Amino acid sequence: MTVAAEGSPPLRMAGSRRRPLLQSEAIQGFALISPTFVYALILLVLPILVVIAHSFWTQNYLTIDHTFTLENYRIALTEPIYRDLLWRSLYISLTVSLLTVALAYPIAYFISFHGGRHKSLWLFLITIPFWTSYLLRVMSWKVILGYNGVLNSGLMGLGIIDEPSTALLYNSTAVIITLTHAWATFAILPIFVSVEKVDRTLVEAATDLGDGPLRSFLRVTLPLSAPGVISAALIVMIPTVGDYVTPKLVGGKDGVMIANAIQAQFGKASNWPLGAALSVTAMIIVSLMAGGTVLVFRALQRLAR
Amino acid sequence: MTAIRRYLPGWLSSYAVLYLLFLYLPVVFLPIFSVNTAATPKFPLSGVTLHWYEDLPRTPALIDATWNSLIVGISASILSTVLGILAARSITRYRYPGRRAINGLIMAPLVLPEVIVAISMLLVMLQLGLSLSLFTVVLGHVLVCIPYSMTVLTSGFEGFDRSLEEASADLGESAFGTFRRVTLPMVAPAIISSLLVCFTISLDEFIIAFFLTGTEATLPIYIWGQLRFAAKLPGVLALGTLLLFASFLLMTIAEILRRRAARRTQNEGGLYA
Repeated sequence: MTVAAEGSPPLRMAGSRRRPLLQSEAIQGFALISPTFVYALILLVLPILVVIAHSFWTQNYLTIDHTFTLENYRIALTEPIYRDLLWRSLYISLTVSLLTVALAYPIAYFISFHGGRHKSLWLFLITIPFWTSYLLRVMSWKVILGYNGVLNSGLMGLGIIDEPSTALLYNSTAVIITLTHAWATFAILPIFVSVEKVDRTLVEAATDLGDGPLRSFLRVTLPLSAPGVISAALIVMIPTVGDYVTPKLVGGKDGVMIANAIQAQFGKASNWPLGAALSVTAMIIVSLMAGGTVLVFRALQRLAR
Repeated sequence: MTAIRRYLPGWLSSYAVLYLLFLYLPVVFLPIFSVNTAATPKFPLSGVTLHWYEDLPRTPALIDATWNSLIVGISASILSTVLGILAARSITRYRYPGRRAINGLIMAPLVLPEVIVAISMLLVMLQLGLSLSLFTVVLGHVLVCIPYSMTVLTSGFEGFDRSLEEASADLGESAFGTFRRVTLPMVAPAIISSLLVCFTISLDEFIIAFFLTGTEATLPIYIWGQLRFAAKLPGVLALGTLLLFASFLLMTIAEILRRRAARRTQNEGGLYA
């Protein structure tokens, strides 16, 4: 697919001199985007503000007590159950983002440098599974890793194991495998775009000046494509921290993540403010972790030069 | 092809093939086990049957869910494409302060955890006194579809040759006439592509529908409900297979159209396509 939202600069309005009464370009452009902008304000910004507000309130059985309190955050950060869930979610999302990026980079590099005429076909092949239902993809991992599943029956058929292993499904490893598969495409595209932008003459120059393929890759291609690597890591890390379906279907007791606890607060437990505080905490911590990842990547990039 | 292969480091191309297998293999198991006679998905297959598919049209709850999904998908795709057209046109044609920030905000649902987006919308809708229904699901789906619609449409609108519109105006066409006879034919494939992409996303979307629906289920919600019963798994696999093929088909058409649109707006007709 395309990653084109920030492409070539828009053309200047040449026609305005012919129509003197026409408002300025800025007003026209803003008027045109305002319905979409307002939609996003009402259904994204306003809701997030409401969630933040709720996180400072208290649930009083069926009503909400609007007195300001930090109690929900105290619970979110100190109660062992939520602390553990947060840590596990962060650990899983960090692992998944590093894994997807590491697995995706060679593919993006391969398509960009060796894809030749078939570049767009490769990209198409890689994006297609991503367009299938997320729920179905998670379900298929359940089918693969289950007690009576593909992997167990296959390994037994080959005589490698004697009885089905229960170690495959219902743990955080199963969650990590499933998420790594589900987010693969999201990591490939940004990396591909930035590898594609690497000036090939620089790679040639490095080779001409005596760098071997590995050295020129490490010192030219990799540092120049770092922005794509960073954005790929973030694009995977931030959404996966709040994944609900995967831990619910393949995580079992040991793979529960923070989103499951958030859902419970809005569902059965019916404690909206606590659910809101858990959401805000998760978002803040994952943002900090994302910021930290960017710093680490930047430092590595500087080292490579 | 031989020229390419000569430069191809062997391990890299074998890795690429392995990677594709990793991407596709899990998905392939759904159709395989959907025609298996046994209810548990394990090898070796016990026999081939279309029994599970034949049962699908006889399930009233499934028929309802299909209708609900169609209603939601069509409404969401039209609404988000209209909003996407406005935004993409504005972004690709005009320059104004705050343009990037607004674009960032509109694209944000793409990179936010869906659960958090869903519960935030749920809170606001309940506060506004909206009762949860397919309508609230549509509202939610539009928000998550707009970024995809924008991506498809900006790639179609970008490089759009403004002089064509000016020529049409100079030759005496009205603003509407220019839009209908010059602009629309150029961008039509991108618009159809956006409709298909948004429909597919809405059809497959689970989390937002799960939180924002009242009693009516969409197809993914129906599947989620069935997953609790091990005996119903083959039926779910059959339904999943059909959904899978629908998504494949819709996205392939959408991609072909998007490419055509991108080529059409590129200056010399396919020079850079």
